[in-house]
Amino acid sequence: MSNLREGLSTFEIAEDLGLKKDEYEQICSLMGRIPNIHEISIFSAMWSEHCSYKSSRKWLKTLPTKGEVVIHGPGENAGVIDIGDGKVAIFKIESHNHPSFIEPYQGAATGVGGILRDVFTMGARPVALLNALRFGSIENNKTKYLLEGVVSGIGGYGNCIGIPTIGGETNFDKSYDSNILVNAMAIGITEKNKIFLSAARGIGYPLIYVGAKTGRDGIHGASMSSTEFDDKTEEKRPTVQVGDPFTGKLLMEACLELMTTDSVVAIQDMGAAGLTSSAVEMGSKGKLGVKLDLDLVPLREENMSTAEIMLSESQERMLMVIKPDKMDKANSIFKKWNLDIAKIGEITNSQNLEIYKNNILDAQIPITYLVDQAPEYDRDWTTPEKAPELQIKNAPIKSVSKVIEKLFSSHNLCSRNWIWEQYDTSVMGDTVIPPGQNSGVIRVHRTNKKLCASVDCTPRYVSADPFLGSMQAVCEAYRNIISVGGKPLAITNNLNFGNPEKKEIMGQIVHSIKGISEASLKLNMPVISGNVSLYNETNGKAILPTPVIGAVGVIDENKNSVSLSNAVDGNSIFVIGQDNSHSDGWVGQSIYAQEILDIEKDYAPPPVNIDAELANGNFISKVIEQKLTNCVHDISDGGLAIAISEILLSSQTKGIGAVINKNYNHNSESFWFGEDQGRYLVCTSKNKEIEELAESNKIKITNIATINLSDRLTFSNEDFICISELDVKNKNWFKNFMS
Amino acid sequence: MRVTIITFPGSNCDRDVSVAIKKITGKNPSNIWHQENEVPNCDLIILPGGFSYGDYLRCGAVAAHSPVMKEVKNHAARGGAVLGICNGFQILLEAKLLEGALIRNSGLKFVCKRVALKINKQINSPFLHHFKQNDIIHLPIAHNEGNYFADSETLKQIEDKGLVALRYHTSSDGNSFNPNGSVNNIAAILSDNGKVLGMMPHPERYVDNELGGLDGFEFLKSTLEQLS
Repeated sequence: MSNLREGLSTFEIAEDLGLKKDEYEQICSLMGRIPNIHEISIFSAMWSEHCSYKSSRKWLKTLPTKGEVVIHGPGENAGVIDIGDGKVAIFKIESHNHPSFIEPYQGAATGVGGILRDVFTMGARPVALLNALRFGSIENNKTKYLLEGVVSGIGGYGNCIGIPTIGGETNFDKSYDSNILVNAMAIGITEKNKIFLSAARGIGYPLIYVGAKTGRDGIHGASMSSTEFDDKTEEKRPTVQVGDPFTGKLLMEACLELMTTDSVVAIQDMGAAGLTSSAVEMGSKGKLGVKLDLDLVPLREENMSTAEIMLSESQERMLMVIKPDKMDKANSIFKKWNLDIAKIGEITNSQNLEIYKNNILDAQIPITYLVDQAPEYDRDWTTPEKAPELQIKNAPIKSVSKVIEKLFSSHNLCSRNWIWEQYDTSVMGDTVIPPGQNSGVIRVHRTNKKLCASVDCTPRYVSADPFLGSMQAVCEAYRNIISVGGKPLAITNNLNFGNPEKKEIMGQIVHSIKGISEASLKLNMPVISGNVSLYNETNGKAILPTPVIGAVGVIDENKNSVSLSNAVDGNSIFVIGQDNSHSDGWVGQSIYAQEILDIEKDYAPPPVNIDAELANGNFISKVIEQKLTNCVHDISDGGLAIAISEILLSSQTKGIGAVINKNYNHNSESFWFGEDQGRYLVCTSKNKEIEELAESNKIKITNIATINLSDRLTFSNEDFICISELDVKNKNWFKNFMS
Repeated sequence: MRVTIITFPGSNCDRDVSVAIKKITGKNPSNIWHQENEVPNCDLIILPGGFSYGDYLRCGAVAAHSPVMKEVKNHAARGGAVLGICNGFQILLEAKLLEGALIRNSGLKFVCKRVALKINKQINSPFLHHFKQNDIIHLPIAHNEGNYFADSETLKQIEDKGLVALRYHTSSDGNSFNPNGSVNNIAAILSDNGKVLGMMPHPERYVDNELGGLDGFEFLKSTLEQLS
């Protein structure tokens, strides 16, 4: 150690890098000496919330992550599930919230680039993208600018690299005014025996850097994402990375090509904390050491310091360990794709991270100190108060149709076509159901199987009751998979919360994880990957807790996927999960309460009955299996009247309409707009078969409406809504808002 | 029937076109890298969609100077058939195999949607043989720069010679419409001899009812039949 570079750290330097006093003291004690400034930079990144999950790890460990389909759960770049016939699906969701607020186009674009790398790092060709977006109030001047930038950034990356976007959700709430959420999910497919992992192997094997050159962009991005925003957030613009989807495309093709040549031993993308976290990750997983020579790193800028090179978050870069005799092969492939490739170090048996620059040892840290010894906090938390039940007089409303019209002509429920028309939804030639439906559906290339995926969360429910609201998010994702004829297999989660050092926020996190666990276990959808984004606060005000669930399911051989667009004249619409004794519904936390009754207080969200969820879901699967329907929709935001309208709005048949059956011509607001869970709509001509199947399975069911070609949804003689006019209003809100 | 598909760095529809051709003919087309100096003897060369060279400079501008383009030009000069789809259309314009330019969509945004297209069949072309004048077909578009433009003199020549092959169609109920601001609603144009076609819509994406329709299948199938 005699020749370790000088320049000792101080607590002030460490504090500037985001380390707390006790953390700095712990580092000094672990090292048995005062670390130098390079070493402390590396600790600050690896011990940041973003890399270490120090506030959430204790609770994340309690999530159910195992199941018969799970091949790799959390801990790898992405989770891997078996989808049969020797194929696997690899997927993960990840946030890019902080960068997207500071620089919306680049923040969102690099969010997409990053999640795609997580998937192809594991050897899978990405086949689908989804995204979950949250913006501030529509009255906030900045909202349009952020929305415009984020959507074009997502499209800018995904369209160019040529992966279809097949689903997503977008909501507005003032709590996101200064902390928007941009969560991107990617799904890839490969063979079961062709999965690549990050664990380094082979002492003396070369460590190879490939992709774009390293610049000064994104330095300390990981630390930036681990603190709250304040009025000086603008100053953080240089910490946002810049994406280049063209290089991303070349890198993807080059990596996938090299992976077919039996050359790659281990591979890891350079994401948050760049070269630092990728080198440490590979060493840690393989329980080996990593020696780096920074003079060999391809650089874009001159005079970059050790810390800058190690912490740069320049995009489109990968680190690999390859077999020594395959260097020529690797060189020729990367040369063909016009990308940099350089041997920048090797794998050692020291279990240390050793960094050399100008032949001087700049840093030497046992890797275990950076990973296993990173802090894990058991932060204080409080149990959220039980929200009261909203008791409204079940007063008749004059016109159900007026409420429907108002809700579809508002930001809550209007069509998001303005957004998804900016995404390439059909490239790769396998998209069966594009965005805007229950789930996106793609064919698994060259097979007769299909994959379906959905991202879901209702933050107002989670805010009012973190446990129930988080269960509901899993249940909704489950219903969305069921509704297209899929078998739900597994989920990924993106936990977006405020500052975990506050007891109430930590209480939200703890209860949310418990809720996800409960639903995920009972619905048999294990959590196979995920991401945590904390400190989504500005000047002390936190976002609504937003645990986004991304679910993936499979539709087996040659089975048609069903869609909500397939309504047929003369068919009946049945409600599943509700019978004719049901006369009023759960209005607490409904869109109706929020928008029509102007009730903002935290009343309790609708209860979740997981046994009923499962029974109703299984029933829908049977109905589809027995070909009794090919038009199904789940009932979610806005309730029954909205779900029926959505089926009609989504239909390709000109003049489609429906008439509500006579016994339901009452005007109870909670009946039409209550958001009771676990319900579906099924359109069918096989009434008798469905009713008998429901009876034998003890499922609640009721025949609510008959489809016709009146271009109206008719509640009673006096109350109806014109569907083609509603369609125009539904599609125009977004366009008008953005223009 | 021999088809060659060219892959440029950043092409992202090369596989899709390849799969569609295989589905129609039962045979794999040849795929060649843009740096090749030779193109195998074939009946049709396809330049697929994507973002060749990341759309740097102008869409298709760098790809138009790839080594392989010399051979594509030779093939066209010999009367061979060339189809450029989306970015392939942009490359054909930059390579001067077709007239005019494709500029940024009038809405200034990427647009991906199903569009109705009206066939304009005024000259003999293997790409149009199957269709009747004013037939309507549906195909998806997905582009940022699909706004076809030509100066008035060039445009007049193109129209006079009947080189417009497809126009965005406004149906009687006002449904689909010109999605990108193209002059004269132009979605595809032909070379003078009818053998080179540049089109913004993606026929390779509609080769299955499950994916949105069969109009792309019919279009490619009839073209291949004409050329074999």
